[in-house]
Amino acid sequence: MDKVADLNNNSLSAQGDAGDRSVSEGPRGEKPKRVLTRRNIILYGTLIVVALYYLLPLYVMVVTSLKGMPEIRLGNIFSPPVEVTFAPWVKAWSEACTGLNCEGLSRGFWNSVRILVPSVVLSIAIASVNGYALANWRFKGAELFFTILIVGAFIPYQVMIYPIVIMLREIGLYGSLTGLVLVHTVFGMPILTLLFRNYFASVPEELFKAARVDGAGFWAIYFRIMLPMSLPIFVVAIILQVTGIWNDFLFGVIYTKPDLYPMTVQLNNIVNSTQGVKEYNVNMAATILTGLVPLCVYFVSGKLFVRGIAAGAVKG
Amino acid sequence: MTSVSVRDLTLRFGSLEVLSSLNLDINEGEFLVLLGPSGCGKSTLLNCVAGLLDISEGQVFISGKNVTWEEPKDRGIGMVFQSYALYPQMTVEKNLAFGLQIAKLPKDEIAARIKRAAEILQIEPLLKRKPAQLSGGQRQRVAIGRALVRDVDVFLFDEPLSNLDAKLRAELRVELKRLHQNLTNTMIYVTHDQIEALTLADRIAVMKGGIIQQLDTPLTIYNKPVNLFVAGFIGSPSMNFLKGQVELQDGTPSVRLGENLLVPLAGYDAQGTMSDGQKVIFGVRPEHLTLTRDQTSGPSLPAVVELEEPMGADSLVWLRLGDQSMSVRTESNSRFSPGEEVVVTFDLDHASVFDANTEERI
Repeated sequence: MDKVADLNNNSLSAQGDAGDRSVSEGPRGEKPKRVLTRRNIILYGTLIVVALYYLLPLYVMVVTSLKGMPEIRLGNIFSPPVEVTFAPWVKAWSEACTGLNCEGLSRGFWNSVRILVPSVVLSIAIASVNGYALANWRFKGAELFFTILIVGAFIPYQVMIYPIVIMLREIGLYGSLTGLVLVHTVFGMPILTLLFRNYFASVPEELFKAARVDGAGFWAIYFRIMLPMSLPIFVVAIILQVTGIWNDFLFGVIYTKPDLYPMTVQLNNIVNSTQGVKEYNVNMAATILTGLVPLCVYFVSGKLFVRGIAAGAVKG
Repeated sequence: MTSVSVRDLTLRFGSLEVLSSLNLDINEGEFLVLLGPSGCGKSTLLNCVAGLLDISEGQVFISGKNVTWEEPKDRGIGMVFQSYALYPQMTVEKNLAFGLQIAKLPKDEIAARIKRAAEILQIEPLLKRKPAQLSGGQRQRVAIGRALVRDVDVFLFDEPLSNLDAKLRAELRVELKRLHQNLTNTMIYVTHDQIEALTLADRIAVMKGGIIQQLDTPLTIYNKPVNLFVAGFIGSPSMNFLKGQVELQDGTPSVRLGENLLVPLAGYDAQGTMSDGQKVIFGVRPEHLTLTRDQTSGPSLPAVVELEEPMGADSLVWLRLGDQSMSVRTESNSRFSPGEEVVVTFDLDHASVFDANTEERI
């Protein structure tokens, strides 16, 4: 017991000494940092390995797409192109054949755009109003409605494919772009509604009350108060929908017909066409072209994406 | 004339009854404070008056009109919230104009009203700023301005000062009082802060468990609380409660607090009758007790000093009185030391006696 007290005394007096010495006498400048610590080596080493692991396939694709076929046949897939050619890109875009059609990916691209734009706009417009109504206007049966919607998100797509085929056929939209847009809008609804509901629920309730006292109704509050405050969550929704719908293959191949196939289906048909030699360079170029749209969306809005995800996750 | 009137208002959330057949009449130009601890239903009552909550039973009248099923905007109310609730994407000016634009008022009328409100609240230099660029006090001023421009009869305040720091709160409290004196609108003000209630109110409604316990002027509530809850809730430092028993001697009651501790109640303004042996709680505020070293006139008891809490202007002395403890507010220069034997003198005009079972004032 005595010893402990003694130790305490010592440490106290040691601190006192250090305190007496004025700061100006001590070492100056920034605190020196060692770059090659064990922690840094492990941290950056892992990061570099993982980054390479993800970037290597992309590198191979880009490099291969810029080579001519003779060069590819040499078999060295990692070597940079000796002779850079853009012919595979041109071919992939406008000349590659799928069956009898030789328009390349361009037709699929425009189909995809015609599917994407209305699907994204429609699904987000409806889901945001859904979320707003569920979060702020707790109408009778709101909880039940929300539960049903969320349960819908967990039913496997495969179960619904054939019933939807029948439904679309009955309303005469099977095999049309409109039908596919409808399917995308419906399937985006649960997750988007959840996203918007959580975001609007995190908006202070008093703001909503203040707007009501000010005389704003359902739509006035939505358009003039809520919308201007929720840019981040709209960006998140747009990214989710753009990448989801652009990358969709299943619905595209089931609910449309060959003339209207989206880009992903077109890509598959080009890559998997069995006649003639496999043109790896064209395939690579076509794949990159198809992936370009989601890639651009990520690059443009990455920062907002993270912010919006975080904002939407505040309240469950 | 009655400005706001609540009739048999009942509100249920599912099976939970938050407010039960509540009645409240507020006079024109009156400043009424709803005071109570968290969860007592005071904010809920305000929301019902505002029309932000649909009530289960009962009726609400504002300015003589039955507004029970009217939308908030049609009730002639302006409301100020605890979190200010300013629209973050709009400038102060647009915040003030929002409600007026929705009501489709002419532009020059809107401008005139904003100008007037900004003058009253001294926020003219802030009109072009966004809420994020304002301090807490400025934001609350703007929020009050938003109620002001609506040109309504009744202002509703939902704990408007609770998010501000102590100094700013005191400043804005004075400003609110001044505002009320100048405007003479009816104001209903919800708070859990008894100082705000006592300083601002014409009348205070003390609430607990969805029921108004006492509705009266601040002084009456302070001096003659109707029950133990109100007595304990109002006043800081809080009232001393001493357990005792009534003893009748020749028809005049006294309270026995312990051996050799008998307080004669001659001069106490009793509302009911006391019976011999009735268990009571004797309540007296620290500021209504006098502490001396010698015997004085008036009902007094011997006590022992336990400790002293100096608070600047005065100090709080804790005493042992038999086996119970109590506090006395004294001048700070009359130092008492622990263990000292003293004499406490009671001021029976300001004392309260409660029945120990019903907790009601006798």
